[in-house]
Amino acid sequence: MNKRLWLIALMLIGLSAPALADKRGDAKAQVAWGIQVAQKGLWKEATQQWEKATVIDPSYASAWNNLGIGYEQLGKFDEARKAYEKALELEPNNQMIRGNYDQFREIYDRQNRRRVK
Amino acid sequence: MTARTVVALSSLAIAVASAGCLSFYEVAIETPIRAKLDVTPFSRVLVAGFVTGGSRSIDPNTETARLLRSQLRGKSELKIIDADVIDLVDVYDKKRSKAAPEKPDAVRIMDEKDVQDYEPILKDEKYWKEIGDEYQSPLIITGSVLFTEVSRSGMVSKLQSYTDSMGRPAYQERREFANLRGYALTPKFVFIDGRTGAQLYSEGFYEESLYSETQNTPALSSYFELMDKLLPSFLNTLSTQKIRGTRVLLVK
Repeated sequence: MNKRLWLIALMLIGLSAPALADKRGDAKAQVAWGIQVAQKGLWKEATQQWEKATVIDPSYASAWNNLGIGYEQLGKFDEARKAYEKALELEPNNQMIRGNYDQFREIYDRQNRRRVK
Repeated sequence: MTARTVVALSSLAIAVASAGCLSFYEVAIETPIRAKLDVTPFSRVLVAGFVTGGSRSIDPNTETARLLRSQLRGKSELKIIDADVIDLVDVYDKKRSKAAPEKPDAVRIMDEKDVQDYEPILKDEKYWKEIGDEYQSPLIITGSVLFTEVSRSGMVSKLQSYTDSMGRPAYQERREFANLRGYALTPKFVFIDGRTGAQLYSEGFYEESLYSETQNTPALSSYFELMDKLLPSFLNTLSTQKIRGTRVLLVK
């Protein structure tokens, strides 16, 4: 009985793995396309690509990181913070995401700096 | 399949292929911070003067007016009005018929409570309307600036250099007790409509810098160091600021 259950579980994993890989592949294509247009200064279009990537694969930290950068460039700070924080939640030890987030927070906090004693 | 679709698809293929080669890209970005105040009705700005007090080592009223005027000259579209800096403490004391101190250079404002006593002058619409009329209805910047000496004691971290067993220079963190002293700056900037005398916006800050007791830091340089920290936010009230930086785009 146990063997049969294990077999079913393995089959399910085997069947879902390509679907997951497809999702990541599609999201990667959106992310790469976004990078191409961002490098041409088309940040609005790039951000749209990264938004799509996060919808396709919500567990893709790089897409959330790039989306944070896109929102930051467009002046959408609250959205940028949420995107960066989502990226860090998915990959807490990624130093590149952490570096981006720290630099963003410096500006974000400075802008929101009020009298805090 | 149209030519445009072919171009788009091939570009996408190149993008994906190049993404396979590199997993990150450093890009330059300009973070725009929108102005907090709509200053389009004004073409000129008057940095009038401030309610100031605290340390006697500098004159915060003159220094603040001078610094803000020079910053606005370079980073704002508004024309700066060059006028004598108003001593608001004097003005308010005369208005409420408070006797001037026996020593003319005596500090009348020592702490935040004293500053609050002078708050009514910042809200006096009649007074600011008169000032506005005098200078053809500009945007008026005023407020309060408290610059005080502070001292603290506590544990601080210090990097200490040493030579390791291989003879290489290395650093280690050491915590030690220290007496620190420095300055605190508590400014509040008030933006007034010179046409009506009404307050449009106000914003307060607190910054402090502490130094080792043995370090002799002049009050004026500490004042500029503290003002540097909040100037971007001040300037951002009147104009959109762009902060240049770099970020890392990721593919993997």
